[in-house]
Amino acid sequence: MVSTLTTAFADVVSSNATLRAFLRGLPGVDRVGADQRAAMLSTRSIKTTAKAQAIDLAIGMVDLTTLEGADTPGKVRAMCAKAVRPDPADPAAPHVAAVCVYPDLVAVAAEALVGSPVKVASVSTAFPSGRSSLDVKVADTALAVAAGAAEIDMVIDRGAFLAGDYRKVADEIAAIKQACGAAHLKVILETGELATYDNVRRASWLAMLSGADFIKTSTGKVSPAATLPVTLVMLEAVRDHRAATGRMVGVKAAGGIRTAKDAIRYLILVSETAGEEWLDAAWFRLGASSLLNDLLMQRQKLATGRYAGPDYFTLD
Amino acid sequence: MSDNGTRLGVRKTYKLYIGGAFPRSESGRSYAVTSSKGRFLANAARASRKDARDAVVAARKAFPGWSGATPYNRGQVLYRVAEMLEGRRAQFVTEITDADGVPARKAGELVDLAVDRLVWYAGWADKIASVFGAVNPVAGPYLNVSKPEPTGVVAVVAPPMGPLLGLVSVFAPVIVTGNTCVVVASERAPLPAVTLAEVLATSDVPGGVVNILTGRQPELAPWLAGHMDVNGIDLTGCPADLALECERAAAENLKRVLRPQQTDWLADPGTSRMTAFLETKTVWHPAGV
Repeated sequence: MVSTLTTAFADVVSSNATLRAFLRGLPGVDRVGADQRAAMLSTRSIKTTAKAQAIDLAIGMVDLTTLEGADTPGKVRAMCAKAVRPDPADPAAPHVAAVCVYPDLVAVAAEALVGSPVKVASVSTAFPSGRSSLDVKVADTALAVAAGAAEIDMVIDRGAFLAGDYRKVADEIAAIKQACGAAHLKVILETGELATYDNVRRASWLAMLSGADFIKTSTGKVSPAATLPVTLVMLEAVRDHRAATGRMVGVKAAGGIRTAKDAIRYLILVSETAGEEWLDAAWFRLGASSLLNDLLMQRQKLATGRYAGPDYFTLD
Repeated sequence: MSDNGTRLGVRKTYKLYIGGAFPRSESGRSYAVTSSKGRFLANAARASRKDARDAVVAARKAFPGWSGATPYNRGQVLYRVAEMLEGRRAQFVTEITDADGVPARKAGELVDLAVDRLVWYAGWADKIASVFGAVNPVAGPYLNVSKPEPTGVVAVVAPPMGPLLGLVSVFAPVIVTGNTCVVVASERAPLPAVTLAEVLATSDVPGGVVNILTGRQPELAPWLAGHMDVNGIDLTGCPADLALECERAAAENLKRVLRPQQTDWLADPGTSRMTAFLETKTVWHPAGV
């Protein structure tokens, strides 16, 4: 059954016409319904031991990110130290999932993280706009992989996607997947530029059919970045995709997630939409920088019983 | 106007003042406020520890802007508060009469005193650095300068008596020097505090510089005292046992603590309430450069 389905999906990506027919044939997203469901789930109250568990889980899912023009090797090393041991005062605090940097700083991060379970992720393919030739994008990816990146965050060509040239997007993802080799491929849909939830669903399927290991909401450079309803739509897509093909794809929400409360809302959404199997750093990630400090502050509040202050945590 | 000539009363909802907005308590709770004679006056919001937490976040956010404003500007803003307070004189007279059971003439005097006190503190804004700062003579070829700077976010437990004058006398000295504050209003008589919040909201005080909570002081004060992002606490309104508990919690991050003391709010306040929440920065500068 699975093999026939996989074969069927292989046919889908064979031409622009079949892709268009498949993607446009996906059921539409009820915008109001998705917004409402996300809002309803976010009112759920998570307290005491469940909250402590959720905070530790969220810390373990963080992709600690710095994607600034002003990034220096020193800043990346400092961030790596924090990734391995987020709260120096409490060795029981879990390490984060990965650090995410630009390709030229991958080597620095990889060296700083030698022997630690924290992975190095790198953005590539002319991040964040993705406006370059395929050759440059492949070379960009190869550079990061050669420097030691275990995970590649690529951006899709939104221009081609919006123009209806789905085949071009699919081919690019497949080419980058090949350039990744053993590295995990996360495909950034940049939902803030896709305009509709229907497009988010289509782009999610397109990325999954083209070989993505993860689908990721945003670059963090465009507003709106990750939102709960958009993540809901993507989680539904990975759930449906597994039901159809048997292959599990991860989801990464990135950008605009700043508080522990927000992070816990995403965890609830994951659990209620995709299922508990996705509640694992291997299948769900939170791309963020300032979020980690808030998670640590909430963690300390639970441990000490008094509100924590940002003065007691490192800046990043 | 309805047919029978009576009009439905439009009553004010007494809410909290956090970050320049007037939210209800996150907990949804309220409590009945009565006059000195036991007559029901209104329901006031009963803030929870989470409201206190939100207020601290708002105060912290407002701190860079307020402490970075010129002293001259802060003085003007405080003077503006006095102007707005003056404009609401009649309302405050009614509220103080209700709360304290004093005659209207006496209540009027208390409002006037509160206005005058704001003006007095407003005048200190651009003088405090000259009076409490110094050019220090040191044994070396250096120019050595000391300058008072605001402590940061200060929690204030307002005194139970003097619902307006007492409140003004504790928050004005804290903010005039550039601190931002979270005030827990008098539990017994919170209504003038909420009206004062309306004054603050319409008088150029940036949102978050003053945050006013109403509710049970023993419920809120210990959370503020233990909060690691609060830099100072004024325990004026705390009874001895609560003050002790708060002081102990405040030691956790070495907060500046102003202990409760007998204060005659009618008397000239002096500068001690301003200097309690100042840090002295001293700079050594090579002379002749």
